[in-house]
Amino acid sequence: MSTLLIENTLHGIQLGLLIFLLAAGLTLVFGIMDMVNLAHGSLYMIGAYFAYTLIGMTGSFILGVFLAFFATLAFGIVLEKFVLSTLYQRDHLDQVLATFGLILFFNKMVQVIWGPAGLSIALPPWLAQKIEILPGVPYPLYRLSITLVSLAVAAGLWYLITQTRTGMLIRAGASNRKMVSALGVDIKWLFTLVFGLGAGLAGLAGVMYAPISTVFSGMGEEVLIQAFVVIVIGGIGSVRGAFIASLGLGLIDTLGRLFLVDLCKLVMSAAAASTVGPALASMLIYLIMAAVLVWRPTGLFGRS
Amino acid sequence: MSLDIRSWGVREIFNFLLITILALVPVYSWMSGNTFIITLVTRALVYAIAAMSLNLIMGYGGLVSFGHAMFLGIGGYAAGIMAFHGNTNGLLQFPLAFFVAGLFAMIIGALSLRTRGVYFIMITLAFAQMVYFAGVGLEAYGADDGMTLSRRSRLGPIDLADRNQLYLFCLAVLLFTVWMMGRIVNSRFGMVLRGAKSNETRMLALGFPVFRYRLAAFTMAGAWCGIAGALMANQAAFVSPAMMHWVQSGDLIVIVVMGGINSLFGPVYGALAFIIVEHQLSVWLKDTWQLVFGPMIVLLALFARNGLDDLFKLMGGRKDGRDG
Repeated sequence: MSTLLIENTLHGIQLGLLIFLLAAGLTLVFGIMDMVNLAHGSLYMIGAYFAYTLIGMTGSFILGVFLAFFATLAFGIVLEKFVLSTLYQRDHLDQVLATFGLILFFNKMVQVIWGPAGLSIALPPWLAQKIEILPGVPYPLYRLSITLVSLAVAAGLWYLITQTRTGMLIRAGASNRKMVSALGVDIKWLFTLVFGLGAGLAGLAGVMYAPISTVFSGMGEEVLIQAFVVIVIGGIGSVRGAFIASLGLGLIDTLGRLFLVDLCKLVMSAAAASTVGPALASMLIYLIMAAVLVWRPTGLFGRS
Repeated sequence: MSLDIRSWGVREIFNFLLITILALVPVYSWMSGNTFIITLVTRALVYAIAAMSLNLIMGYGGLVSFGHAMFLGIGGYAAGIMAFHGNTNGLLQFPLAFFVAGLFAMIIGALSLRTRGVYFIMITLAFAQMVYFAGVGLEAYGADDGMTLSRRSRLGPIDLADRNQLYLFCLAVLLFTVWMMGRIVNSRFGMVLRGAKSNETRMLALGFPVFRYRLAAFTMAGAWCGIAGALMANQAAFVSPAMMHWVQSGDLIVIVVMGGINSLFGPVYGALAFIIVEHQLSVWLKDTWQLVFGPMIVLLALFARNGLDDLFKLMGGRKDGRDG
């Protein structure tokens, strides 16, 4: 049982970090540009598809992953320049509509290019093994490495935002866009930078998770909605809030799936519990979101 | 729509033509033997009713809900579950769909309306996803795969199992919806709702409890969408969680904007245009039709925000902002 618990806790942290990679970019885009981008999940998906092709082309897993990350970043910047930048001044409804159209397009586009069937990416043998993280507790090396990479990215993001001049401008942009622009900062450049950063992070998440799930059309949507939940809980524009909420939700979601059936058995029959448990587990994070909303409508770290 | 023909503009003439054409569809279908068209237009009518309920909060209330399809699903399941247990009396099914969807809307609205703008969009989407998962969890009623209705509803003498009766019933509900929405929107209640959209602070300063008005509108919209859901269940003789998938919510928004947000008949044009475009594109392009449809939506958002309303204005329709 304790092995199972440790393993699932690690899975939970990993899921949380995955959601964080999407939520961090999204919350910055929301906070600075006041823009809803539903197509953020498409970048996650496109990253995974890029990884599939580039790993196949280069024959090297690590090189393929790197190239896929930069390709997604470039893709995001092109998308921002040509479509999304025209939406900043529009109201939210236009943004929802346009990015919804983009999702439909991208989901079909990947099917046309890569075929309708799901694809899988094989890990190189040296990454596919298990190591003992604690005596008697083996854990897949690859899962451990993506957790470490995600943590490193989170730390890098923290450094960028709090310790550098660019980060200062990003924070300033989030609190008062017009003022930053009036002080002579090229706000368009800042927007492109932030969007590209977000796209790169979403792509990275997709690239890293492709080998442990399948690559398929629409794979980004469930994660995207979870990232929305995280942003609502953490507060728009707050990367710290997104980080804490992501980890919390990742753990609650994973452990909920593990324990809820047993917990339900305490109050109902075993048959009922096996039906209610999984359904409740998949609804859990939304119920928590509702609870946070009642308590703090602008999220845990949001400005009121 | 005023009954005095002398006051009609382009838009009123089009609305009149539209209703006439819709009323003649069963006649055409009967004469030509083309039964497919009646099924297709029935679907459009159901979407139009759902989109009109969304338009109340989105068009007139300025609240962009990205989860409206959850009420379609709730209404559909309310009717479907009753049918599953052998009760096909529409006089019970439809009120049940209305009240259950309304109850959900009241609770979800009370939580979601505490927030603004981007938050509201994300939260309605998240709640819809939650209800979607609840639907997936309904193992007794088919879980992921949904369930087929063994028998469609009967409302007194009306039997919805008959294609033509179903069509005419949907058309009647649609016309009633237009009339009802017109009454709501132009009432004092509707004025407060629209006032809060253009200037919330001012409405608050005038002493209107904006939150309560919005919650009432959200509840009404949800309840009425429940009716549309029960109709949809009857149309397809099938309910499944897919009815409340987030793409469905997106489709409803597209329909409202296509037809021209802020106009009573807009969603009807929008739904017809949506269903026809979707059908034609999938005939021409098979399963790659979204490759064209997606960019069409992007262009709609970028360049034709007022949908068909712009078209009517170009043709010399009235510009005094009255709803007709």
